[in-house]
Amino acid sequence: MLEVVDLRCERGERALFDGLEFKLPAGALLRVAGANGSGKTSLLRILCGLALPARGDVRWQGESIRALREEYHRQLVYIGHAPAVKDELTGRENLAVSCALGGTPADAAVVGAALERVGLDGYADLPARHLSQGQRRRVALARLAACEATALWILDEPFTALDTTAIGCVQEMIAEHLERGGIVVFTSHQEVMGASITAYTIELGG
Amino acid sequence: MFKVLRVVIGRDLLLSMRRRADVANALLFFILVASLFPLGVGPEPNLLRTIAPGVIWVAALLASMLALGRMFAADYADGALEQMLLASAPLGLIVIGKAVAHWLVSGLPLMLLAPVLALQFDLPIDALLVLVASLALGTPSLTLIGSIGAALTLGVRGSGVLTSLLVLPLYVPVLILGTSAVDAAAGGVTVQAHLLLLTAFLIFAGAFAPWAAAAALRISLD
Repeated sequence: MLEVVDLRCERGERALFDGLEFKLPAGALLRVAGANGSGKTSLLRILCGLALPARGDVRWQGESIRALREEYHRQLVYIGHAPAVKDELTGRENLAVSCALGGTPADAAVVGAALERVGLDGYADLPARHLSQGQRRRVALARLAACEATALWILDEPFTALDTTAIGCVQEMIAEHLERGGIVVFTSHQEVMGASITAYTIELGG
Repeated sequence: MFKVLRVVIGRDLLLSMRRRADVANALLFFILVASLFPLGVGPEPNLLRTIAPGVIWVAALLASMLALGRMFAADYADGALEQMLLASAPLGLIVIGKAVAHWLVSGLPLMLLAPVLALQFDLPIDALLVLVASLALGTPSLTLIGSIGAALTLGVRGSGVLTSLLVLPLYVPVLILGTSAVDAAAGGVTVQAHLLLLTAFLIFAGAFAPWAAAAALRISLD
């Protein structure tokens, strides 16, 4: 369970949000919406522990993530704005490294299957330099397929730069993850998940 | 946990292998500086022997500083550093991994090239060995201390100059100990004390620098 208590985030002198509270039980999907600059990415970075809130706390299974640290990181997949895909490495190497760093080492078969799942089977051994923007994004998202057992997924604009097939694939992975009892938090401007899945929505700003 | 360390070292070595030009830059700089001095100063053997330790050590120090920018900047730009902050191992350990990989491609070659360059200065064999030993102990310290400066100046404009200003004062003891070790060897005095002090410095840097750099990275990415 992911719990947020009385969260306040400031940028400069301005408060982006204040007194934010929510609880996400297993199997919950949360969409964070809001205008540009309303603090969507800031909220996600706070949820990961990359940034510190001005006030309040984020708790995982009842314990503060600041106390859990690596313990929490092991159960978290964060895919940010920057895809963290190295130009010099191939898709396969990129995925293997990011899985190993996250604490869920993936063998060659898992990596291959994950890349195939996101439709990169023909490009797995090409240096990422030669991939298009959307394809690099897919390399990053392939981590979701390789780290199914990781409980919490935090995705910053997962659908940008993707074509419709890839969007469908990501939606499918998210739906499967929710069925397994995983928790997904993502930001998006559009209602992208189908009507069959109920998502909590937080509207920031405004 | 040590699996993560191995992955980070392997990854960084692979990246350097595929970006050889970057690695070669600092090495070429080292070779050029150390080779231009004998040409500029003239062929007076005594003078060359006197300036050799200082020139080679200063060149090595500058070359190692030149390479510092590479340590975190690329990972910072493409978001890989964020993922390292969220890794399943403590960030300090990842910094150690990055420092080891960085030293293997920037410090180790300096150490291996130094005796060849020192031939131009007519250094005696004993002094050559001490030069290699002092670089073997000194350059890892430079990398470790430099990692703090590189982490602190991430994302700052003109970070190269700022890094130099930050780490130079901490580099000075290593430089003094390193050159005086080689001087002592050339003069036939025992060098044990110098090398032991360099070792102490390395242990100290190894124990504290990664955690300081980790804290600096967290601040830079907040």
